[in-house]
Order: sequence, then C-alpha cells, then structure tokens
Amino acid sequence: MLNYLWAGMILAGIFYGAVTGRMAEVTEGALSGVKEAVSLCLTMAGVMALWTGLMEIAGQSGLMKKAAGLLKPVIRFLFPEIPEGHPAQEDISANMIANFLGLGWAATPAGLKAMKSLETLNRTPGTATNAMCTFLIVNISSLQLIPVNMIAYRSQYGSANPAAVIVPAFLATAVTTVCGVAFARVAAGRKAG
Amino acid sequence: MMDFLIFLSNFIMPLLIFYIIGCGLLSKQPVYDIFIQGAKKGLSATAELLPTLCGLMAGVSILRASGFLDDAAALAGSVTELFGLPAPVVPVIFVKMFSSSAATGLVLDLFREYGPDSRIGWMVSIMMSCTETIFYTMSVYFMSVHIRKSRYTLAGALFATLAGVAVSILLAG
Repeated sequence: MLNYLWAGMILAGIFYGAVTGRMAEVTEGALSGVKEAVSLCLTMAGVMALWTGLMEIAGQSGLMKKAAGLLKPVIRFLFPEIPEGHPAQEDISANMIANFLGLGWAATPAGLKAMKSLETLNRTPGTATNAMCTFLIVNISSLQLIPVNMIAYRSQYGSANPAAVIVPAFLATAVTTVCGVAFARVAAGRKAG
Repeated sequence: MMDFLIFLSNFIMPLLIFYIIGCGLLSKQPVYDIFIQGAKKGLSATAELLPTLCGLMAGVSILRASGFLDDAAALAGSVTELFGLPAPVVPVIFVKMFSSSAATGLVLDLFREYGPDSRIGWMVSIMMSCTETIFYTMSVYFMSVHIRKSRYTLAGALFATLAGVAVSILLAG
C-alpha cells in the first residue's frame, strides 16, 4: 500500500512540477523535506524516551496489571461472545492498554495475538466473527489517552502549548470510539436477530 | 470551552508523571534505573522511524513544491468548505485511511505553513489523534488469521472516522 502511495506522491509531484515549471522548487523541496525529518526525529527522540521510560516504571510497579483489571468489565461488555477466562480477553486488554498509552509498537503484536485467540473461537473460518469486527473497529477508532507523537510534532513546530491538544483529542477519540462501538452493536444485533 | 480544555490538558502530564513515579517508589522499584531501560526502547523506536520519515517528508515536500497539493486541495475544498472543512485538511483525511506516516508528513507540512496553533493546525492535531489507519489495520489484522470476509468492519471504521472528522471541526471552532 505504502509503496504505491509513496511512489505516486513523488512521481505525481515531479510530473506536475515539470508541467508547471517548478523543477527547481521540487529539488529544493526534497532536500528541505529530509532535513526536516532529521530535526523532527531529534525532538521526537526526547519525548519518546521520556514517555517509554515512564511506561517502563508503570509496567514494573504493577500499574499495567491494575489497568488490565479495570478494563475487564469493559471487555466483557464489548465482547459478550468471549467465554469468561478465555485468553482472548487478556490479549485484547493488552492491546487496548498499549493503544491507550500511545505505545503503538507494543499494540500491534498484542493485537495480532488477540486475533489469533479470537480465531480459535471462530466457527466460520475465513469470515470475521462479531468479536473480530468489534475489535477492529475499536482499534481503528483509536482510544488514546495521551497523543504522545502529536505533542512532539506540535512542540517541534513552535506551538505555544504543545500539550494543550490532550483533552480535545481525548474527547474526539471518545466520540469516535462510542460511534464505532454503537455501529458494531447495531450491525451485530441485526445479524443475530 | 477550548480554554477550559487547555487548562485541563496542562494538568494531565505532570499529574501522570507524579502518579507513575510515586507508585514506582511505593512498590520499592529502582525507578531511575527502570526509566533508563525504558527510555532506550523509545530511542530505538524513534531511530527506526527516521528512514520512514525521511522518505515521506521528501515525498510530501516534492508534492507541495510542485504546486500539486495546493491545486488539488483547492479543488476538493470548494465543496468541503461548505461543511466547515478547510481545503488543506482534505488530503490529510484521505491519506490517513491508508497510511498514518504519510498523513503525518502532510500534517507537518500544514504545521509549517499555518502553525500548530492555527485553526487548521488544531483541526489536524485533533483529527490525527482520534482516528487510525483503516486499510492498513484491517489488512494486517485480518490477513494474520486468513479472514477474507470482513463483514461490517469497513463500514463501522468509516463511520467512526467520519465522526472523528466532524468532532475535530467542531472542537477546532
């Protein structure tokens, strides 16, 4: 997907630049683009180090386990099809916590593990179960407590208050998740009923 | 409304840091040593991001420098501005469905052009934080267990994304 998107961007840009006579600007743009990528990564590195360092403390002092306990009723509500005590519950909660805390690279492995556990409950191989659909929709609607990357980007580009985005972003993400869950509920109910 | 949200936002990070380190101390953990371990993970994750960002920022910069981005956005914007959606934001919404990092490239471009605290800057800041990459997530997750029929997943994901766009416009004012 990204291969075509990336190639398309560059080819379209160069073609359009040739037509509109902006070839010098195109070269200049490519060079300034990579320069910016490097300085952005330097800012990001600091923010990420701070965040993952804190998360490591949270993990080792048992805060993550406590969070998983709090999530239990939520998971029972979202995925009533999963039998109590099934490993899928645990995998889903690990994925949700990672997403919630903005640890994207930890979320994907946990999410794939959750899909494998959900597949063991699937009686129609090749077709998604209700639980799988709900799980994907909740993932795509992005439940995030602190948008760590966005704060880093905003600070790099001179925002007067980079962290000001936290609460508005949380409100927005709550709305998307509620909409997604409601949609999944209605869609699942119609099939079952 | 926005002022209150900003006020609240200012408190969250410091309180969270206080809480995490406090809990670490209470459970008698060597908090600083653990912090260093974790920070290393974050640094290597960022280092892995650099090649991706270089590629994408070069791509977006080429597209912008050629004038393509502005012209395409202006075209789409003539319709979307009726709904309060500024033209430059339109490409972000579509690209985000396919690739989060490519959308990030566009967002950074908007930050440089308009500033992160402008109305457009706010809108994309919120938008990027409340939706995920639809097609990427669906293909990776479903492929991993050989699901071909995804049923209502795509419709639900698009619905949630649409809600996210609407809320971002409202919150950015």
